[in-house]
Amino acid sequence: MDSVLHYDIVIVGGGAAGLRAAIAVAEADPQLRVALVSKVYPMRSHTVSAEGGAAAVARADDSLEAHAYDTVKGSDFLGDQPVIQYFVERAPEELVRLEHWGCPWSRNDDGTVATRAFGGMTTKRTWFATDKVGFHILHTLFQTSLRYERIERLDEHFVTKLLVQDGRCGGVAALDIRSGETRAVLGRAVILATGGGGRAWPFTTNGAIKTGDGMALAYRAGLALKDMEFVQYHPTGLPGTGILITEAARGEGGHLKNAEGERFLITRDYGVGQKAELGPRDMISRAITQEIAAGRGVSLPGKTGEFAHLDLRHLGAAKIDSRLPFVRELARTYIGVDPVHEPIPVRPVLHYMMGGVDTDIDGATQIAGLYAAGETACVSLNGANRLGSNSLTECLVFGARSGAHSAAHVREADAPPEAALVESARAAEAELEALRGRQGGGETVAQLRDAMTRAMEEGTGVYREQAGMRRAAAQIAELGGRFAQLRLQDGSRVFNTEITAALELRNLLDVAAAVTVAAAERRESRGAHACSDYPERNDGEYLHHSLVRLGDSGPVFDKKPVELGIWEPEERKY
Amino acid sequence: MAEHTKIIAVTRFDPERDDAPRSQEYEVPVQEDWKVLEALNYIKDHLDPTLSHRWSCRMAVCGSCGMNVNGEPKLTCREPLSNYGERVEVAPLANFPVVRDLVVELEGFLEKLGALKPWIMLAKQRAPEEGATRQSPAELADFKQFSMCINCMLCYAACPVVANEPDFLGPAALATAHRYNLDSRDEGAAQRAEIMRGEGGVFSCSYANECAEVCPKNVDPAGAIQQAKLANVLSWARSFVVRRRAAS
Repeated sequence: MDSVLHYDIVIVGGGAAGLRAAIAVAEADPQLRVALVSKVYPMRSHTVSAEGGAAAVARADDSLEAHAYDTVKGSDFLGDQPVIQYFVERAPEELVRLEHWGCPWSRNDDGTVATRAFGGMTTKRTWFATDKVGFHILHTLFQTSLRYERIERLDEHFVTKLLVQDGRCGGVAALDIRSGETRAVLGRAVILATGGGGRAWPFTTNGAIKTGDGMALAYRAGLALKDMEFVQYHPTGLPGTGILITEAARGEGGHLKNAEGERFLITRDYGVGQKAELGPRDMISRAITQEIAAGRGVSLPGKTGEFAHLDLRHLGAAKIDSRLPFVRELARTYIGVDPVHEPIPVRPVLHYMMGGVDTDIDGATQIAGLYAAGETACVSLNGANRLGSNSLTECLVFGARSGAHSAAHVREADAPPEAALVESARAAEAELEALRGRQGGGETVAQLRDAMTRAMEEGTGVYREQAGMRRAAAQIAELGGRFAQLRLQDGSRVFNTEITAALELRNLLDVAAAVTVAAAERRESRGAHACSDYPERNDGEYLHHSLVRLGDSGPVFDKKPVELGIWEPEERKY
Repeated sequence: MAEHTKIIAVTRFDPERDDAPRSQEYEVPVQEDWKVLEALNYIKDHLDPTLSHRWSCRMAVCGSCGMNVNGEPKLTCREPLSNYGERVEVAPLANFPVVRDLVVELEGFLEKLGALKPWIMLAKQRAPEEGATRQSPAELADFKQFSMCINCMLCYAACPVVANEPDFLGPAALATAHRYNLDSRDEGAAQRAEIMRGEGGVFSCSYANECAEVCPKNVDPAGAIQQAKLANVLSWARSFVVRRRAAS
């Protein structure tokens, strides 16, 4: 072991959840030393790509109850209602804090913060900074974090293992990507905030770094991943790249049309009723998929697959430039379409994982001292389908809560014995060194990754069927075996991105295993999990959370009850 | 989509093996609508897994993939390959220490950014219970452009002052400090003034305007620095008048 670093709290991930957690720790107890460990520089974190907004009740004509009910209904009744209640109560305060920290929220003429409409929300409660909300939130948090001397960054450090001893988490093993050195980064609490694993699929809005790292770390430490079968397809990704075109484009009045120019969400029954383009994402992605299957998709020369049209022309250049300038820039740069003059071709694209590390409302896991927040976690805010603009706020509300709780935890908790933790980090180092430049006889990282993403697309698309999910689960298990034969060619210690890509692939394979196993166990359709062979929701048998743990011979499935509260499940119709 | 090949000449450097950077050529089958980054990713996945470069969002907002393309700093995920001929040279951003291949060291920039206190400073912190501050659309417009910096570092690679004066705080960091000074919610300008007008501060800028020309987000750091120079001169003059009045 080259070096052992000592902190009070170790935060893994420097996006919105991780940065908010770090600031919460600094605010709770300025004496605590925080390590902010990120495999990138924090301002590169994928929060940066969020576009449309962050939800919190702001207007006199809105209510916390309405935000809570919209979220419960959006979750297809799989969200835990006490969590949702807490979330909507704390959401306004968190967005006000960001305002105080300098976030350039867009404004009404009277200087109050402006809000816009979003899918599945009954009123305008989505705060925005034009259509670069994630970018502004991330940079505001990052720059604010710089004022706290005790938040110490370990940039470009890749966490390879959680150091757990006697049921307590005492830090992480991390590869310093620049030097190639493995370090034991010790702390009496660890918060996982590494985002989701959208890169397990081939067509995704997610940046290259979204590789499920925190989920996989927890899974390999024996924790359950919860509700992993629920993955969100955003209705509007650009052809080819999958780059996100924000839901705010529809919130500002954009229309979805098929090849015949028909607003199919109005002319046909897709369950969204009068909400039309402002229905929830799961339903709109299904509607587009069905339109394409019925032969009413739009073809594009040189692009595989078919698309719908997102038509913004009637909004006019002035509104597009003031409210949706990034949408215009992205469409022009990446598909050569100016939305002022032409409709944007779009199709459903893998965007977000509702599932994640099973936590309680404090972000705490079953391992003492280990927390998770943001997309990495499944605190059960989003259930079977997340509403757009709830996730940025989720990062803030639950990042703050896990930060505050971890600060309280370390006041009481003893560290596990250091020798054992360092020993565990040494084992991680040895494993890594065995991988570096390993001349296995098998495939390259890119070949194995392609096989994985193909299996996930075929088995866990917008619509799934039992046989396909089972086949995908078997394929992922088999690919996990092939990982052992991986062929690596880069023996260098300095900024070796072949080895980090291999570590990311290993993480994605763990995430993919949990997704496919959980998906095959849910023989109903709920939220984003739409089974062609079980098209109805089945509350009698499936009103429960799915849990997948890593057993001795592979993934083990389990379940736990949903916490209802005010609202009993009812038919989800808009 | 029609395919043809281009020669991508990549600057390689591994401090464990190389004494000096070297150029390595790859023949890449490219598609017409590819960006420069897609050619690099093709090399990484299909030709040479030992190539190191940074990238993530591939939608021009995370700022990871800045490189010099044919000598000009570019965001490679945004830069069409079709802008170039049959041979394209890709090198690490100029004016930064190279870690390996196309990866440069950003520690210096982050230290400069932090030194400029890029956060809201108030004599008395606002409490969340006070609710959101009012800020008119005009007040927002005063600083919004300067808040759009993605820290891609193209401006540092282009800046002739950064090239000669490593301590120059540089375009992105100074524009960000100026952004906070202009924010109607901030009271920290006086605390940023000393470093902004000190050695390596705004007065080091020779207004070559290269930063504004290469910025992929139209931040106009040169404009921010010019404004900051003026603000600093005015505040210095004001303090002089105030001292004279106090003395008389």
